[in-house]
Amino acid sequence: MKFESKEFIKGIVKENPTFVLALGLCPTLAVSTALTNGLGMGIAATFVLIGSNIIISLIKNIVPDKIRIPCYIVVIATFVTITELFMKAYSPALNRALGIYVPLIVVNCIVLGRAEAYASKSSVSNSIVDALGMGFGFTLALLLISGIREVLGMGTFFGHKIMKGYEPMFIFALPSGALLVIGLLMGLFSLLKNRKT
Amino acid sequence: MNKLIVSYSPHLHTNESAAKIMWAVFISLLPAGIAAIFIFGLAALWVIFLGVISAVITEGLLQRFNKKKITLTDGSAALTGLLLSYNLPANSPWWLVVIGSFFAVAIGKQIFGGLGQNIFNPALVGRVFLMTCWPKYMTNFMKPLNTGINFFSSLHYDALTAATPLMTVKEGKAITGISYWDLLLGKHGGCLGEVCILALLAGALFLLIKKYISWHIPIIYIATVGLFSWIFGSKGLFSGDWIFAILSGGLVLGAFFMATDYVTSPLTRKGQVIFASGCGILTAVIRLWGGYPEGVSYAILIMNAATPIIDRYTKNRIFGR
Repeated sequence: MKFESKEFIKGIVKENPTFVLALGLCPTLAVSTALTNGLGMGIAATFVLIGSNIIISLIKNIVPDKIRIPCYIVVIATFVTITELFMKAYSPALNRALGIYVPLIVVNCIVLGRAEAYASKSSVSNSIVDALGMGFGFTLALLLISGIREVLGMGTFFGHKIMKGYEPMFIFALPSGALLVIGLLMGLFSLLKNRKT
Repeated sequence: MNKLIVSYSPHLHTNESAAKIMWAVFISLLPAGIAAIFIFGLAALWVIFLGVISAVITEGLLQRFNKKKITLTDGSAALTGLLLSYNLPANSPWWLVVIGSFFAVAIGKQIFGGLGQNIFNPALVGRVFLMTCWPKYMTNFMKPLNTGINFFSSLHYDALTAATPLMTVKEGKAITGISYWDLLLGKHGGCLGEVCILALLAGALFLLIKKYISWHIPIIYIATVGLFSWIFGSKGLFSGDWIFAILSGGLVLGAFFMATDYVTSPLTRKGQVIFASGCGILTAVIRLWGGYPEGVSYAILIMNAATPIIDRYTKNRIFGR
């Protein structure tokens, strides 16, 4: 089976989960206050995405159509629990910073959306590539948003002060700043998309 | 060859243009600016100058960048910058003014597509943005001159500061030493353009006589605030000091010059009445029970958001239907 590189690349710009598909905006708005939080959330979601895409793609032929969503949720919840316990054990500070949004990956639209729209119809290898691409796109989006918000809103970059005497623009640490940044980046991405086609 | 031109209504034309009206509003605001320079000294002039210049430069650069027609001469960017600077303390640091002007024009106006497309009043967008980002600088008001500082030393940022009358009231203290006459003349702390009520009223009168604004929005807005402040006074019902409520804060500036913005206020008379009373109620509610001492900018912005829906439900009936 050949490696579908376009399945990977589509998740970054053309079908970017955050800026183009507008999926999973709730955790994106909530945890993108600092770069470490954004990175942690992105990696956690990517791990869950890969795991659930593999399993769902494997069981797609044995799950009856009528109860497929509950089955997907059980699979996704398993991986989320693994992630949460792992995070609690090795990075309790990050776990505290992300709070409720780690267990809420279960209902993250990106994970369920890819399971329903892609993994349940595709081969295992393609599902892995799709999960990697989507996860990468999501992480990239989170890093972009949280980078802008951390630098402008707190004057730090990964927790390090960048400039002396900088007066932080407090609005970017607030939800209104998150909406502002996401809105502007969405505009930028659709500009990029339109320019390509 | 004579062509028959078929066009939609309205068919009546005047020789007014957006540019002419914008510059008229700009000129009508100048008395308040001159008063501010007399009250707060050179610092006020510096803030006004920076506000106008950076708004105009932002507009020009963005229109250039978007390959649009550059419309700096229509005065809308200059007016936005002027209004924003009127909403700042006279001792604002220079970067506060520049960033506020940039945000007002870029996010408040150009991102929606320029003049006529914006949902919110750009100057107020800039003010609220600065208020959220740097509340420390936005609520640090300078004392009027002749109370320890003179005309030229006002340029130093560490000039003596004073609370606005509304801030004093919010803290539960009594106002001492400020008469209604002081409020009218502007001899108290506050944003530089909002303090001198007499100068603002002179400008507003000019606009009303030239019929660039109608009396409906400002008068109903101010009356609603006065009524609510009178009813819900601090010493029981119907005991509030309504004259103080009307003369303090940014109410007169907001009611005559910002709530009446053509782009962001309703088109019909009925709609304007709803809009103005909504502004009035929200302002009074924020002042009386909210966390901020002053609510004019938030009230106008919230009602700006409601303008499309007000317009929809107060549309004039088409004759015959």
